[in-house]
Amino acid sequence: MWELGAVIPYPGNSEEYKTGNWRTFKPVLHTDKCINCMICFMVCPDSCIIVENGKMIGFDYDHCKGCGLCAYECPKDAIEMIKERG
Amino acid sequence: MAIILFKNRTVRPLTGNFAVSEAMRQINPDVVAAYPITPQTEIMQIFSSFVSNGYVDSELITAESEHSALSACVGAAVSGARAMTATAGPGLALMWEILGIASGMRAPMVLQLVNRALSAPINIHCDHSDAMGARDQGWIQVFAEDAQEAYDHLIQSVKVAEKVYLPVMSCMDGFIVSHAIDRVSLLADEEVREFVGEYKYPYSMLSKTVTHGAIAMTDSYFEFKHQQRLAMDEVKKAVEEVSKEYKELLESQGNLKDWEIEKRVLKFVEPYKIEDAEIVLVAMGSAAGTIKYVIDKLREEGKKVGLLKIKIFRPFPYEEVSKYLENAKILGILDRAETFGGKGGPLLSEIITALYLKGIHKPIRNFIYGLGGRDFNINHVKEVINTLERTLKGENTPFLSYINLRKDYLDTLQK
Amino acid sequence: MIEIRWHGRGGQGAVTASKILSSAVIAEGSYSQSNPDYGAERSGAPLKTYNRVSKKPLTLHCMVTNPNIVIVIDPTLLDEVDILEGTDENAILIINTSMTPKEIREKYNIQGRKIYTLNATNIALEEIKRPATNIPMLGALVRVLYELEGIPKLETVEQEVIDTFGQKLSKEILEGNLRALKRGYSEIISE
Repeated sequence: MWELGAVIPYPGNSEEYKTGNWRTFKPVLHTDKCINCMICFMVCPDSCIIVENGKMIGFDYDHCKGCGLCAYECPKDAIEMIKERG
Repeated sequence: MAIILFKNRTVRPLTGNFAVSEAMRQINPDVVAAYPITPQTEIMQIFSSFVSNGYVDSELITAESEHSALSACVGAAVSGARAMTATAGPGLALMWEILGIASGMRAPMVLQLVNRALSAPINIHCDHSDAMGARDQGWIQVFAEDAQEAYDHLIQSVKVAEKVYLPVMSCMDGFIVSHAIDRVSLLADEEVREFVGEYKYPYSMLSKTVTHGAIAMTDSYFEFKHQQRLAMDEVKKAVEEVSKEYKELLESQGNLKDWEIEKRVLKFVEPYKIEDAEIVLVAMGSAAGTIKYVIDKLREEGKKVGLLKIKIFRPFPYEEVSKYLENAKILGILDRAETFGGKGGPLLSEIITALYLKGIHKPIRNFIYGLGGRDFNINHVKEVINTLERTLKGENTPFLSYINLRKDYLDTLQK
Repeated sequence: MIEIRWHGRGGQGAVTASKILSSAVIAEGSYSQSNPDYGAERSGAPLKTYNRVSKKPLTLHCMVTNPNIVIVIDPTLLDEVDILEGTDENAILIINTSMTPKEIREKYNIQGRKIYTLNATNIALEEIKRPATNIPMLGALVRVLYELEGIPKLETVEQEVIDTFGQKLSKEILEGNLRALKRGYSEIISE
């Protein structure tokens, strides 16, 4: 950890910092309504939309902070924000 | 590849600025970023002609301010490039924010400072206010007495910086050294290039993916500062290693006299006729040369006077200083900078600390001289020594005095 | 150690001549400094520049306040500045003037000191075709210095003049300068 001059000598290390527990509401995908337009992918500030083979398949709950931008922007109301279990 | 100009060692009539430019040419740094300011401008003017003529391979960045110039050097240094810059007085003041960034990021680089007074009133001439204002910014600070030392210090600074991952500020007095022609003995180009070798930086941004300049809050900032203190503790060893290597280089051709070699090798302090001295002056920069001249004259009259010249101010050599000052009956500390409201100049504080650490208590007087380039000549050195002699005889003398204030000004104080 | 103060006017080349002198002394393996008095340089304004010349290493880094030699390259300065400032009666004065040393001594009531004169303006006009008095005066100074200290040799100074001006001046003007240097060296008048 104590590299000279606070250097971080390896890449991609922000992934190690989990922010998933910051959420109050979490996004849930309704695949029946989703048209894979990828608007959620573009607006997510934390790169938490998981895409495989051109299809939106879910969320990276380790890092999603529950901001709700994806749900707000979804043109088909395919993303629902539900309260985290306390 | 840069053209070789000097295949052999040579002795030249050079100004301090020209000598430093030659050192930069021989070092052939990867990146040089600077902004012009008197009395430094000439260095960059000469160096830019070296760039245009293909005498160096350096990338010259003409930044829009000193703040940007030093920022460019930080970026270059952490990209694995050997970076250099030069500035003076107010230029260093504008660099201030980046000074701490360079040392905090542990970016080794060398800055040639041509010491100049700070405004106001605006003044282009020499004093050490600029360097002293930056003394706590984590830089190694080296002071040269003349053009020869400025040349040699710059070359050795490169290696010291890269050994301990700290930036070095190599200082020479503005105009007095920077603009005066003096006899300077230069190494051959190849000798310098071999001596400085290749710069290898473990966290180069160009060779791997790394994060530089990361945030460090209450949980970790403190530890990084502690590392900087430890790094400063390593400087002594680094200087010893580098100077040993440089001494071997100077000796290698057998054409230099012993005293020349001693003078040119980087050291923390240079004692002059101090062994049996009862009155010892402590000074930095060009004034030390003038003091040596007076000491020689007074020694002929049988007066036991000596000098301790401080060459490296940061990290300060407390142990060596107390060792050399131990036997003196009285000390005269010469400061070319003010601390307005402090007990005396910055050098005074360090000397008192050095003595206290060894439990030494002895008479001491502080003399502020040469602010804004005010002349400090033979008569003024004699005046300082005379004050110390009178103090030793029991006369009441002021703890701090300004040397060479104008008489017409002093008259106004009497009224 | 010999300390020298030059009096000239901005643009007359006193600083250049002072640099050539130091370069020549250093080229011979001795020690020298050349240090102009920096301020606001203006063409035509009186200026001073300094040299130290020594066979031993020089450590002084202060202004020259008590020169051994004062050299005045513009005769009009005699009425304008105190050329004797800081000198004692052993000092040497080298003055560009059409007068003899005796006439200068009487006109300015100079006590003691050794006075040399040289009609450098005439030499410059004849050899360089303009009143560049710095080089003939340098020749005169070299003569005095050589007699005092044995440095520098006229040939060394000639070489430095060639090195300084060779790239900048035409062959004709360069040769004029070299002739002016030698004439200064030989035509200097002592008391």
